[in-house]
Amino acid sequence: MPGLEDLYKEIILDHYRNPRNRGELPPPACKTEGFNPLCGDEIVVYAHIVDDHIVDIKMGGQGCSISQSSASMMSQAVKGKSLDEVRKLTGEFKAMMSIPGKDDAPAASESSAAEIEAAKAAASAGDAGNIAGAAEKPDLSMGDLSALKGVVKFPVRIKCAVLSWNTLLEAIEQAS
Amino acid sequence: MGIDVSSIKADFPIFDRQINGKPIVYLDSGATSQKPNAVLDAMDNYYRNHSASVNRGAYTLAAEANDLVDEARQLVADFIGAPNTHEVIFTKNATEAANLFAHSWGRSNLSQGDVVVITEMEHHANIVPWHMLVESNGIELRWIPITDSGELDLSELDVLLDGAKLVSVTAMSNVLGTMNPIRRIADAAHAAGAIMMTDGSQYVPHVPTNVTEMGVDAMIFTGHKMLGPTGVGVFWGTTELLEAMPPFLGGGDMIMQVTKEGFTTNALPHKFEAGTPMVAEIIGLGAAIKYLNNIGMEQVREHEVALTAYALRSLNERFGDDITIHGPSEPASRGGALSMAYKEVHPHDLSQVLDQANVCVRAGHHCAKPLMQVMGVNSTARASLYIYNDEADIDALADALESADDIFGMGF
Repeated sequence: MPGLEDLYKEIILDHYRNPRNRGELPPPACKTEGFNPLCGDEIVVYAHIVDDHIVDIKMGGQGCSISQSSASMMSQAVKGKSLDEVRKLTGEFKAMMSIPGKDDAPAASESSAAEIEAAKAAASAGDAGNIAGAAEKPDLSMGDLSALKGVVKFPVRIKCAVLSWNTLLEAIEQAS
Repeated sequence: MGIDVSSIKADFPIFDRQINGKPIVYLDSGATSQKPNAVLDAMDNYYRNHSASVNRGAYTLAAEANDLVDEARQLVADFIGAPNTHEVIFTKNATEAANLFAHSWGRSNLSQGDVVVITEMEHHANIVPWHMLVESNGIELRWIPITDSGELDLSELDVLLDGAKLVSVTAMSNVLGTMNPIRRIADAAHAAGAIMMTDGSQYVPHVPTNVTEMGVDAMIFTGHKMLGPTGVGVFWGTTELLEAMPPFLGGGDMIMQVTKEGFTTNALPHKFEAGTPMVAEIIGLGAAIKYLNNIGMEQVREHEVALTAYALRSLNERFGDDITIHGPSEPASRGGALSMAYKEVHPHDLSQVLDQANVCVRAGHHCAKPLMQVMGVNSTARASLYIYNDEADIDALADALESADDIFGMGF
């Protein structure tokens, strides 16, 4: 069984205790809501998108430390970024969270078969049972988000970590 | 004489298992119960020695399978005090039983403006089928509110019942543990001209049950919360009600005659059991009931009241204001579902921490989102008790709760 220190890293708890970009934005910012029907976690994304850039973002909702810290870190990571950059980052994050093969996961789909095999081996050694393409690949653009990497060892919690990202993607789709 | 938990535990093979060298502290029987050898053996025995389709063949194996299913149906009927064995309809689970009733009775008896009364503490299984009838038949759904202590507020019951055709209330809340006054509500419902259904999913496994004494016209419950397998539940209704209801699913077994022009329905209970039933699961449920009968349901209830009392006392003494246990505080008026809030730690995080000590609790909305909204929370962590739990399990829960402080800190 993986230890809780892999999950509850200090930086995650810091974002949970002191969430960044918490609040609401009035229209014309768009508002999307995400729910995890399993556990009741809720995420609200307010994204103000101008000229294909997220010029401002605020987060609402309530949930566990993983869903809320992921939302907080995401808001920091995407603020000011172009939608293309956000889509790419979302793909990388979801690849880190072991959701391969989706449109939004270029890092996973670009992985070589050998890399995937290596990741599989690493994953099974870590008792996570996932088939991440890029799980062990260091990625500097992830920044604080890399702290969430340990979540893949707790497969039930992956949904918590990606909830805010899926909700943001919906906001981007709405805007474009 | 109380229950000997250690000898009961020995009947459940899952408790032989260790995870990371530690035993399992199973406190999630409100979600599903563990299964004793008697149930596993009965199902295995059917497949190994009596496997045949029921209600069809004239050969010996088929007759044996028929007998096993008939015996199980009789056990269920006796277990809930049903006046007639043919009133026991096997379904996939309690949710399907609720849908059977809503689709069969509801769609043919309810029309625009007709009132169905439920409560704020219902499981989604006793909410969503009625929401669907709001959409399809234009019915009005009314809600009996709850008090701050998690009991039904019946002060306006007469007003709520005005014009009601159906009242459907859980006998025991899966979140709060509250035991509701079903007899009183059923009498009021009947006086108002409504029929009464109860959701016995959390009640039947834990409390001696008699549908006649409860005064209800229908009851739903499920096998897997009462030591039986998944895949078998029960709809019970009075003969009068069942005879008047149109069939739910159409197909084999439920017909008397089929021609190019149409069909006629079979007698009860087959009228509502289309297709090959879950034979092994029905037999498994029968074995679970035999097991519970062997202990005695009075003993089961007594054990759980005592253990709930211990849990409430010890957790409150140890954690004081740091813990909130929702629902009634009097053990005799509640079941063993203990939904709690511990400090500010989110229930999902709490259950993750407890898992390190193999303490299994449920975190989430417990399929009772309207109740969560009334309570002003979006989830709770719930420990729920059964015959194989003892005080040591409660102590393990308390120790594991304390370990959450290591991660989430005191002032969190």
